Amino acid sequence: MKNKIQRLSGGCLSFISFCIIILAWCVITYGGFVDKIFIPSPTDVWNSLKDMAADGSLWEHCYLSTKRVMVGWFWSAVLALPIGMLMARSSKFAAIIQPVIEFVRYLPVVALVPLTILYLGIDENQKYVIIFLGTFFQLVLMVCDTVSSIDKNMINAARTLGAGKLQVYTEVIFPAALPGLMDDFRMTIGWAWTYLVVAEMVAASAGLGYIILKSQRFLATDVIFAGLIMIGVIGLITDFLLRGLTKMIVPWHERLGD
Amino acid sequence: MEKMKLKVSNLQKIFPAANKKEKDLVALKDINLEVKESEFVVMVGPSGCGKSTLINIIGGLEEATAGSVEIDGMPVTGPGADRGMVFQGYSLFPWLTVQKNIEFGLKMKKMPKAERAAVAKEFIQLVGLAGFENALPKQLSGGMKQRVAIARTLANHPQILLMDEPFGALDAQTRVVMQELLAKISRETGNTVLFITHDIDEAILLADRIYVMSRRPGTIREVLPVTIEGERNHEILVHPEFLKMKRKIMEMLWQESQDAALDK
Repeated sequence: MKNKIQRLSGGCLSFISFCIIILAWCVITYGGFVDKIFIPSPTDVWNSLKDMAADGSLWEHCYLSTKRVMVGWFWSAVLALPIGMLMARSSKFAAIIQPVIEFVRYLPVVALVPLTILYLGIDENQKYVIIFLGTFFQLVLMVCDTVSSIDKNMINAARTLGAGKLQVYTEVIFPAALPGLMDDFRMTIGWAWTYLVVAEMVAASAGLGYIILKSQRFLATDVIFAGLIMIGVIGLITDFLLRGLTKMIVPWHERLGD
Repeated sequence: MEKMKLKVSNLQKIFPAANKKEKDLVALKDINLEVKESEFVVMVGPSGCGKSTLINIIGGLEEATAGSVEIDGMPVTGPGADRGMVFQGYSLFPWLTVQKNIEFGLKMKKMPKAERAAVAKEFIQLVGLAGFENALPKQLSGGMKQRVAIARTLANHPQILLMDEPFGALDAQTRVVMQELLAKISRETGNTVLFITHDIDEAILLADRIYVMSRRPGTIREVLPVTIEGERNHEILVHPEFLKMKRKIMEMLWQESQDAALDK
């Protein structure tokens, strides 16, 4: 019973904080405190969303951007998983690969855009690679960290139960690290969205990042806001889905505050 | 001559110093140890005497600096299913149910699923966990978790069972229950056991023979056979012979701690 009230109040609080932001937005725009050019009113943003939805372009932008983010992020996850696991388990492998990763991770992705165009041209692959570059190097280190922190005694127990080297990875390390890995994945998907504008900076003809950049030229702040809101909404949905998925695949996991 | 299951000869473990100013740490020195088939041997010693290092070396999880460990005359080179280990921290796999935890070793051996389930069932009965087959470790108490860990190791049919203070984290009542359970199981199944503890009561209650260890560097100070007749349960805790033996071991360990205090 107590738990129910607490959970309810948690949901209520989130709702209230959201309402306050919307309310403040209404007050400063409808109240005429700020110029429309700087902050468009909710009505303007709603109308531009409605217009884009009516001609179908909104869904195309959402679809293309989501696809770019997901494909780029997918490859970074697929590659970061084994590399991060090996780094955590073998100090020699870590010694070889860590300096490179630490170095590249500090390079701003924007600065790599010219090179990606030179190497890959301006098609979709270039966009995937930008998202990949933005997330991969961070994710490798996160995976390595997560895998390093699992209980070593479980690995010892498995080995004395006759598990071979590969079996230790598949039967113990991977499932033991899975709750932490799901969190790592969820966080890096968020980061992947933050690189969207960079990915759509060059030679894109559609996408949420693209419409934001295009609107900059026409000072169409209502469209910029519409784009931002859509990115936020899709981000929230992804986060929600991944949390649900985590609960489904690691129901055994005990979390602080459960 | 009786058959030796485990033979440890002239074992030494030295942890090299981290820098030149410090001395190497000699954790174990001249350890000679034998466990006969179906024998229950307990090593008792003060904390920090290298007991856990010793059992980890026998289990193949750590390497010795010198000396040898043999199981049935074959040298040990790494961890293997022939030496089943039970740890103080249970180390169950939290994503697996009780039954799947117990089946783990059998799955590693690629035993067919139906056969695995049958073996698991037998050992679930043995440790008194019938009805909890599908429970997850997080739903179990400490004593129940350790029952699962014991069943998981026994189901794998190891040549020898290595137990590193398995009941150290349990409350006093649960500990006695578990000691009685282990005494009963090991005598029924005829398992060979090497058990480590710092608890003298536990050592005498369980052991056929006790090795008393000294403080750092860990050496074997004395080997004592336990000759108390009758069933091993909490009643022997007040048996006159039990008390005599307890006093003797206590004095040895007391002297060890006195010597250690003088060293400092």
